[in-house]
Amino acid sequence: MLREFINRHGRALREGAHDGLPIALGYLAVSFSLGIAARSVGLDPIQGFLASLLNNASAGEYAAFALMGAGGTYFEMAIVTLIANARYLLMSFAISQRLDPEASLVQRFLVGFDLTDEIFGIAIARPGNIDPYYSYGAMIPALPAWSLGTALGIVVGNVMPARIVSALSVALFGMFLAVIVPPSRKNPVVRGFVIASFAASALFEFAPLVSGLSAGTRTIVLTVSLSSLAALLFPVKDGEAEEPSQDESRERGRLLASDSEAIGQGVPEALGDVA
Amino acid sequence: MRNNPYVYIAIMAAVTIAVRVLPLTLVKGQIKSRFLQSFLFYVPYITLAVMTFPAIIEATNSPVAGALALVAGIVASWYGASLFQVAVGCCSLVFVLELFLAR
Repeated sequence: MLREFINRHGRALREGAHDGLPIALGYLAVSFSLGIAARSVGLDPIQGFLASLLNNASAGEYAAFALMGAGGTYFEMAIVTLIANARYLLMSFAISQRLDPEASLVQRFLVGFDLTDEIFGIAIARPGNIDPYYSYGAMIPALPAWSLGTALGIVVGNVMPARIVSALSVALFGMFLAVIVPPSRKNPVVRGFVIASFAASALFEFAPLVSGLSAGTRTIVLTVSLSSLAALLFPVKDGEAEEPSQDESRERGRLLASDSEAIGQGVPEALGDVA
Repeated sequence: MRNNPYVYIAIMAAVTIAVRVLPLTLVKGQIKSRFLQSFLFYVPYITLAVMTFPAIIEATNSPVAGALALVAGIVASWYGASLFQVAVGCCSLVFVLELFLAR
């Protein structure tokens, strides 16, 4: 019984922890600076730890801490958090289509609980169905690092050299690139839309009117509009359109199974294939 | 702070968890609509791309270091570097560059 369980999920758990480690390092740096923000609005280390343990969302927490400092109402807090974190709604939908169909309600809850940008990124890059234990493995280093980093930032404030914080702050973006670039190499439509997303995002950052929107809102507006456009112009056919890249991804999946070093590089299969 | 910080934290947590958990727990079957399937296929790449640029350039002390880390990260990922290699490579590059670029 136990042996069977380990055979089924042990590898996924280990691979998740392996991939979660660099995420945890990046989290430590980012949550540290988040802690400095929390300190400035008067949160104590325990409150910061709790907020990060229960939220694990950089943009959402920054926005929430700022609102606390400004003395916002509880209702405003709910709205600000909702807007800053609404992109997770989309990610949760996307994961719902790829998670192991046998996952129980509790498992689905736990996977959703720590569905961060980064853990979503590495999970969606897995070939085939996603084993919830892969997500758990990634959470084990990531969530404590995030919570402790926040508390640490509140305690020690500005002791960490700015140069190191600056260098560590690109770790998360490096991980994003490692998730989006390999499929872009294989799939010209994905490549085109990744480039379009870069361009549109830069435009929204500086253009009048829209640049006034929060980063979270811009992310949602761009994701929904560009993904809709891609889906209308280049619909994924049921296991047909993606045939070549899917074969490759399956082959890669087999390779990955024997090489735990190369995780996170598999190309996700088209959702249509699973249907 | 005028209001109770623990109430603030409870509200944040309730909203965040609801947003993350509801689709996962409510949508159990496969979505049949071709449009929605395609939409959800593209969402991960587009949303991560939107969050990466231009934010990476603004995250570092020196925008030039951030921009070069972006280029290096794309090239390394294109040629098959792992998640960990790309992340560590980008950090190291920024650290070294900022020895020269940042004040």
